[in-house]
Amino acid sequence: MSAPTTGPIGAPGPAGRGQATGGDRLARFAPSAARRRRDRFARASILAGTVIALVPLALIVYYLLSKGLSSWSVSFFTTDPTGSTFFGGSSIGGIKSAILGTIEIVALASAIAVPLGVGVAIWLVEYGRSGWFAQLVRFFVDVLTGVPSIVFGLFVYIVLVVGTGSTYAGYKGSIALSLLMLPIVIRSAEVVLLLVPGALRESALALGVPRWRVIFSVVLPTALPGMLTGVLLAVARAAGETAPLLFTAAATLKTNFNLGGFMNSLPVQIYKDVTSATTSVEHRAWGAALTLVVMILLLNLVARLIARRSRLA
Amino acid sequence: MTPEPTTPEMADPDLEIRTEAKPGTRPSAPAKRGLSVKLEQLRAFYGASEQVKGIDLEFRANEVTAIIGPSGCGKSTMVRCINRMHEEIPGARAEGRVLLEDLDVYGPSVDVVAVRRAVGMVFQKPNPFPTMSIFDNVAAGPRLSSRRRGDLRAKVESALRNAGLWDEVADRLDEPGAGLSGGQQQRLCIARSLAVEPEVILMDEPCSALDPVATLKIEELIDELKTRVTIVIVTHNMQQAARVADRTAFMLDGKLVEIGPTQEIFTKPNDPRTEEYVTGKFG
Amino acid sequence: MASVPTADGGRSLLERPPLARLPDRALKYGLTVLSALILALIVYFFVRLIGQARPAFAKEGVFGFIFGNDWNVGAEHFGALPLLVGTLITSALALLIGVPVAVAAAVYATELCPPRLRGALTMLVELLAAVPSVVYGLWGIFFLAPKLEGAEQWLADRLSFVPFIGGGHATIPNYFITGLVLAIMILPIVSAIAREVMATVPADHKEAALGLGATRWEMIRLAVLPYCRSGIVGGAMLGLGRAIGETIAVTILIGDAPRLGHHLVEQGYSLAAVIANEFGEAQGVHRSALFAAGLVLFVLTLLVNGVARYLVVRAARSGGQRGRGVENAAAGGQILADAAIGA
Repeated sequence: MSAPTTGPIGAPGPAGRGQATGGDRLARFAPSAARRRRDRFARASILAGTVIALVPLALIVYYLLSKGLSSWSVSFFTTDPTGSTFFGGSSIGGIKSAILGTIEIVALASAIAVPLGVGVAIWLVEYGRSGWFAQLVRFFVDVLTGVPSIVFGLFVYIVLVVGTGSTYAGYKGSIALSLLMLPIVIRSAEVVLLLVPGALRESALALGVPRWRVIFSVVLPTALPGMLTGVLLAVARAAGETAPLLFTAAATLKTNFNLGGFMNSLPVQIYKDVTSATTSVEHRAWGAALTLVVMILLLNLVARLIARRSRLA
Repeated sequence: MTPEPTTPEMADPDLEIRTEAKPGTRPSAPAKRGLSVKLEQLRAFYGASEQVKGIDLEFRANEVTAIIGPSGCGKSTMVRCINRMHEEIPGARAEGRVLLEDLDVYGPSVDVVAVRRAVGMVFQKPNPFPTMSIFDNVAAGPRLSSRRRGDLRAKVESALRNAGLWDEVADRLDEPGAGLSGGQQQRLCIARSLAVEPEVILMDEPCSALDPVATLKIEELIDELKTRVTIVIVTHNMQQAARVADRTAFMLDGKLVEIGPTQEIFTKPNDPRTEEYVTGKFG
Repeated sequence: MASVPTADGGRSLLERPPLARLPDRALKYGLTVLSALILALIVYFFVRLIGQARPAFAKEGVFGFIFGNDWNVGAEHFGALPLLVGTLITSALALLIGVPVAVAAAVYATELCPPRLRGALTMLVELLAAVPSVVYGLWGIFFLAPKLEGAEQWLADRLSFVPFIGGGHATIPNYFITGLVLAIMILPIVSAIAREVMATVPADHKEAALGLGATRWEMIRLAVLPYCRSGIVGGAMLGLGRAIGETIAVTILIGDAPRLGHHLVEQGYSLAAVIANEFGEAQGVHRSALFAAGLVLFVLTLLVNGVARYLVVRAARSGGQRGRGVENAAAGGQILADAAIGA
């Protein structure tokens, strides 16, 4: 496709104006060897950085699978952890109470956080908009986003444990988790609600439909998939949190369906096993960690699929 | 406002890119000239869709050639193939030859970076680097190959003079480039392109975002610049083509319909489609 | 008026009965009250927290508490400096290691990566965010720390002339491994924001750089990175905020030395870790001191996140249409950014 190019393209040199050889034609424009080196080096470094970013993921996945899978068994999922830490897997029990506890606690937390969060988001988008109060609310939601998770535990502890003189309970852990979920739900719901085209609202309003109806029959259904994504992300986040549960839900070994009493949970169980002095439960910790990660990944996957199918923008 | 230099004689005599610079005279060899550009069977694709469908065209050295045609006819695409910017778009590719004098810029051993330095480009919307001062904007190109302060200063000044902007900005070279007016920003971009001493400058509707006064200034500039470089200008404004271009090419639907001296194209075109376009029957 | 179409039989639309307006007003005021309640709740928590922390501040004085260099439970003396320093050291280390890697991954994904791989690469980096904190602690303490112990000791010996960073005897929980794992944990958020900010760079400027005959790296250096500076810094600060507040992984990986560790490879402590470790059995002033530590932590993250958010919003504002992706990335990571843009 080309005329043969003679002469070194890379070497900068005086170009003969009247010469016909193609190669020299561009010679004086060509980047110097040093520039080329810098370009190659920079690109290689960037690629190296990217690979480095991916290495931990590979290692985590590998170790979770290799150490976690081996402790998975039917009994692993169907027996409660015993308190014993003797060597020998069968006597330490499984993680049944932890899984059930996580499901319950997170379910209650979601039941609290989602309606409240969506409500605040609706208010922000439909009513508050850019008023001073709305700015204030947004500011506080932002504040809430940055609060360390252990501080949520402290909050609930102060109000519900110290304040009432009662002790740890599953539902108190749920409340702490719902505080954690609240800003995520509000933020993501707000984002999605803002994407619903204003024209949609206006045409409904122009038909004489009352505002509340417009919200419930037009705006919310349109925004639903996106909000679901946000909710699932918040749930995935809450499921993995340990700190808020440390001094609210407490952990117990037995399966306990009563949210009013102590309740085990996966993150807390893992934490206890990791920090215990004996190595026999390390194995169980890996298995429990794998379980937790699989649960969270499933939630993320569903969230991503829903996000992909909803094309609001 | 001080008048800009209207002849290159008033420009900085230290111009490195010229061995001699006398306006209007045909310089004797070896004097600086722009290069001619020849397109041979150029085709350009976006994915599977062919936008430029086999064009043979020559842009003569040291002349201004205008490309006119209705929107979507492929003029910008074609021009972007000349400095190989077209392939920057994902999925886009080009076939055929683009010859700078006798060198095919699509040749296998040709460095695209060198091509882009030899063939400069001025874009539709003025786009000075927002985080840089006026000086740094113009110096950006030369700085890539030499960081010597002395060299840079000389190059920046001569480029700004050649772009007709020096008098207006000489005392505020450190101010942000984005703080200038639209017309000044575009001249800044032209200076930026000139600073790397290209042989050809491609202009893609350079005045469409500017007011009439700024447009006029740039058209005067084009007239001076053609003694140093070959200029290809894409324009949808036929009056502009009539004002600045030596030759004009009319494109329609990815193909070249006709090319000739500007006067002829606008008064006695050969092809009936050209006549329809220039008399405003469509486009 | 008689010809005006009606919504409910016979009565003109212009005369809606007050009862029909009730749901509207109920909703509006109900939601307003709800939002106000949430605000009040947060303020209430903050106030109660201060209340619970007061005894400790009374005992040590606010400055004495924050800058006192001795956390001695037995002697009932609570100076939080070792905790504060531990928090800051590990977070700084996380930034030092994590931000360059995150930005490199973002640059690669936006500028250098083959388009087909872009989605997969982005998703993989985001996956790091899905791993819960306690699993990072588990993986860190049982896999990474033992593997790196030898290397850490070697480095410490080589660098022993450098104060604090070099020298010392590597223990399994230590500052370094904590900082390293924290770096991994903040990778996704910093990378997501950097990526979104880089996507807002107008193609104009990139083309201008390329048109001048710049190599790919020179184009990135000229047109992309300067444009994204404040956004990237904002993202880094959000990562910092995350690292400061991180509790469980840090608790597992930093140890529980109540004094300032003398070397990077030795044990230390952090504000969050002390609460996690000691709260269970704390009484009286000790407990109050832990609340105080929580308060300090809270205020610290507030400040850092405040600055971060300001920078991110500024970067988003100048990004036009795509700027919203930046804010959403800050709110909920890449999934939300993609969902909102419909990407």
